[in-house]
Amino acid sequence: MPLAYSLPSNLSPATVTNTSSLLRIISLALISGAAIASRLFAVINFESIIHEFDPWFNYRATRVLAEKGFYAFWNWFDHTAWYPLGRVVGGTIYPGLMATSGVIYNVLHALNLPVDIRNICVLLAPGFSALTAWSTYMFTKEMKDESAGLLAAAFIGIAPGYISRSVAGSYDNEAIAIFLLMFTFYSWIKALKTGSAFFGTLTALFYFYMVAAWGGYAFITNMIPLHALTLILMGRFSSRLYVAYSSWYAIGTLASMQVPFVGFQPVRTSEHMAALGVFGLLQIVAFAELVRAHVSSKQFQSILFGSVIGIGLLGALAFGGLTYKGWIAPWTGRFYSLWDTGYAKKYIPIIASVSEHQPTAWPSFFMDLQFLIFLFPAGVVLCFRELRDEHVFVIIYAVVASYFAGVMVRLMLTLTPVVCVAAAVAFSSLLDTYIDPVEPEASDAAASPAEGTSAAGAAAAASDAGSSKKAKKAAAPDPGVASGILAAVAPSGSGPKSRGIFGLDTRGLVVFNALGMLLFFVLHCTYVTSSAYSSPSVVLASTNPDGSQHIIDDFREAYYWLRQNTPEDAVVMSWWDYGYQIAGMADRPTLVDNNTWNNTHIATVGKAMSSSEEVAYPILRKHDVDYVLVIFGGLIGYSGDDINKFLWMVRIAQGVWPEEIQEPNYFTPKGEYRIDDAAPATMKNSLMYKMSYYRFAELFGGNQAVDRVRGQQVPKTGPTLDYLDEAFTSENWIVRIYQVKKEDPLGRDLKAANAFANGKKRKKSKPLSRRRAVA
Amino acid sequence: MPATKTAPPAKKAGSSPLLSLWKAYNETTSTRLKTIDSFLVFLMLSGIVQFLYCILITNFPFNAFLAGFASCVGQFVLTASLRAQVNPANRNEFKEVSPERAFADFALGSIVLHFFVYNFLG
Repeated sequence: MPLAYSLPSNLSPATVTNTSSLLRIISLALISGAAIASRLFAVINFESIIHEFDPWFNYRATRVLAEKGFYAFWNWFDHTAWYPLGRVVGGTIYPGLMATSGVIYNVLHALNLPVDIRNICVLLAPGFSALTAWSTYMFTKEMKDESAGLLAAAFIGIAPGYISRSVAGSYDNEAIAIFLLMFTFYSWIKALKTGSAFFGTLTALFYFYMVAAWGGYAFITNMIPLHALTLILMGRFSSRLYVAYSSWYAIGTLASMQVPFVGFQPVRTSEHMAALGVFGLLQIVAFAELVRAHVSSKQFQSILFGSVIGIGLLGALAFGGLTYKGWIAPWTGRFYSLWDTGYAKKYIPIIASVSEHQPTAWPSFFMDLQFLIFLFPAGVVLCFRELRDEHVFVIIYAVVASYFAGVMVRLMLTLTPVVCVAAAVAFSSLLDTYIDPVEPEASDAAASPAEGTSAAGAAAAASDAGSSKKAKKAAAPDPGVASGILAAVAPSGSGPKSRGIFGLDTRGLVVFNALGMLLFFVLHCTYVTSSAYSSPSVVLASTNPDGSQHIIDDFREAYYWLRQNTPEDAVVMSWWDYGYQIAGMADRPTLVDNNTWNNTHIATVGKAMSSSEEVAYPILRKHDVDYVLVIFGGLIGYSGDDINKFLWMVRIAQGVWPEEIQEPNYFTPKGEYRIDDAAPATMKNSLMYKMSYYRFAELFGGNQAVDRVRGQQVPKTGPTLDYLDEAFTSENWIVRIYQVKKEDPLGRDLKAANAFANGKKRKKSKPLSRRRAVA
Repeated sequence: MPATKTAPPAKKAGSSPLLSLWKAYNETTSTRLKTIDSFLVFLMLSGIVQFLYCILITNFPFNAFLAGFASCVGQFVLTASLRAQVNPANRNEFKEVSPERAFADFALGSIVLHFFVYNFLG
C-alpha cells in the first residue's frame, strides 16, 4: 500500500490519541481567545461603552437588578418610560440576559472581585461568543468529526455575521441567545442520537434559558417539531425520537410558561401549535408502534385505518374550533411579515421602519460570511450523502434559515451558525481527502490481498502494507503500532482505492489553496469587524486629514446636558429610537422608546413632529413635554438623522390619523423628498423641519447653507419658532434640544407674544388675543 | 413503542383485533412493564379528569390547571420513555442507555418537571 508521504511509526496509539486531544483543547482555547479578542475592537478603538439603542435599556435594567436585587427587578414598574403610561418592566422583557449578568456580578463580588456592572455588560457578549464557539464545536462533532468541529468553532468565532451582534458593548439578547440556540440544538441532536431522557431534559432546560433570553426562541419551537415531523414522514420514527421529543416538549413547554412575558402563549398562540401537534402525533405513532408489536399486521391495519382517520379529523376540528372560538390566537403580524415582505409596510409601518427588518441585500451575504457562503451549499450536499437523522436537521435548518435571512437582515444571525457548520463539514471533507496519505492503486496490477474484505480489515491490511514499506527505514517497526497510528491519524484511509489523489503535488496544490482561502477569510473578518461592526453608534469617529482619529461625542454631550441642566421630572420627547438612550444616559422620562408596544403613542409623537407648530403645541402641552430632542446630521453629514427618518414618522402618524397627516403632502409635486426652497409648505411648516433647520443658515455667515446629508441647499431665511425655544445644540449639531414654552402669562397666543417681543406689531394679533381673554 | 416486532403468536381467524391485542399484550409483556403501564393508565385517567374539570366546571386558576395537567402529561411521557428504554425488545435501539441509566434519567427528568410544576401552581 503506497503512501504519498511517510508517517512516523514509532508512536503508540495512546500517544496519538492523547496528543490529538491535547491539541484539540489547545485549539479550542485559542479559538475562544480569537473570538473574544476580535470583538474587542470596539473597546480599543473607542472605550468600554454600551452600544446603540436596546443595549442601553438592558444595561439600565441590569443596573437595577445588580443594585436592588432580583425581586425589585422582577416587580420593577418604570414610570419614566412611556410617559404618562409607564411600563411594567418585569413582565415585558426577556430577563435572561440581565439575570445572567446579575449572576456573574454577584459571583464576582462574592469572590471579592469588585468589577463594575458596566464592564460585565460590555464584555458579556465576547465571553459568550467563546461559549458559542465551543457549542458549535460540539454540534459539528455530532455531524462529522472533531476536525470539522474545530473548523466550525473557528468559523463561528470570527464570522462577521455573528460578530455584528456580539461585539463588546453590544449588550443585547442576541449576545447570549446564539450560544443557547447552538447548545439547545446540540443537546437535541445528542438526545435524538442516544435516545436519552437526560439530554432531552437538558434540551428543555436550555430551551427554557433561551425562552427567557430572546424572542427568537420561536425558531427553536418550530425547528425541532419540523425536524421530528420530517423524520416521521421519512419513515424514521424510532423510540429514541419519541424519548427525545417528548421529554423536551413536556418539560420545555411548561418551563417556557414560567417567563412572565411568554405567559400562556405556548398553549394559546398559533406559533406554538406546531410543536403541540407534533407532540400529539408522536404519542399516536408511538402507541401505534406498540400495538403493532402485539398483533398481526392484518389486524393492525384494520385498527390503524379507523383510528388514524378518526384522530386526524378530531385534531383538525379541535384546532379549527379553538381558533374560531378565540382560544388560540391566530398568527401575529410579525409572523405574516416573514412570509409576505410587503405585509409590514402595508399594515404595521412601525415594524417596517426598523432598518434591521428590511430584506437582506445580496452583498451583505458575502460581507457577513465571505467564503463560507459558497462552501455552505457544498456542506449541505455532503449532508445528503450520509443523511443520518442529524444531517436531516442541518438540511432543514439550512433551508429555513436561508429563507429567513433573505427576508430580514437581522435573521442573518440565525443563518450564520448553520453556514459555519455546513462549511466546516465541506472544508474538512476536502482536507480529509487531500491530506489522507493513502495513494490509490494505479491500475488492476497486484490484486491486493485486502480487496474484498471488510473496511476495517482493509484498513488494518493497508497499515500492515504501509508498515512493511517503512520497515526499510525504521529500525524495529511494530505493525500493531503503525496500524494504530494510521487508524488514528487517517481514519478515512480505508484500503486500496481505484480512485483518489496521486502524488504530493496535487495534494499540495489543493491544500495550499484551501489554506489561502482560510487566510483571506481571517483577513476579511478582521477588516469587516474593525471597520463596519465595531462602532458604538453612541460615539462616532471620523478621520482627521492627517489620518488620526477624531471622536464625535455629540450624543453623550447632549444627554449629559439634559442630566445636568433639567429638573429630574422633565419629560423629553424624541423619536422612539432615542428613548432608551435618553432614559439610560440622561435619566429623564420619555414619551416613547424602543420597546414599541404602543403604536398610538408613537403615532402621537409622529403627529406632533410632522404637523405645524400650532397643531403640535397642544399635543406637547397635553403630554407635559418640557423638551423636544431631534437628531440632525446636516452639518457633518451624519445620515441616520431624524429628517431621513421623517417619512416613517409621517407614515406611522398617518396610520392613526389618516385625515390629518398625509404622506404625499411631504413630497414635491414631482414626488421628490426635498428640504430646499422647493420643499412643500407642509414639510417646511412641520415641527421636525423647523427644529432641524432652525438657525442653520446663520452658521454659514451669509454663504449658501448646504445640508451635507441630503446634498441640498437650505433656504437662506430659515424657519422661525414661536412655541419652542432652542435650549441646547451639541458641538456638531447632531443633537438639538428645544424647550417647550409655557403658556404666555398674559394669556396671549404664543405666536403673537413672540411677534410682539420681536417688535413686530401685527394688527391681526391684538384682536385675536383679546378674543381669547374674553372667552 | 417497540420498533421491532416481537412476532405475536398466530391468532385464530375471526377473533376481534382488539381482543387479540389484549391477549397478546398479556402474554408477551413482562410484569415490570405491566407495572409501568398501570402507572401510565393512572396518569392518563388523572389527566382526563383534570381536563374535564377544566372544560366542564372552570379553568379559573389557569396556571394551576396547566401545571396539574402538564405534570400528568409530562410524567406520562417520561414514564413512557422509561418504558421504551427498559423494554428488552428495544435493546438494540438504545445502545448507550442501560436500564439503570434510564431510571436515573427518568428521575432527573421528573425532578426538573415537578420543579416547574411546583413553581407554576401559584
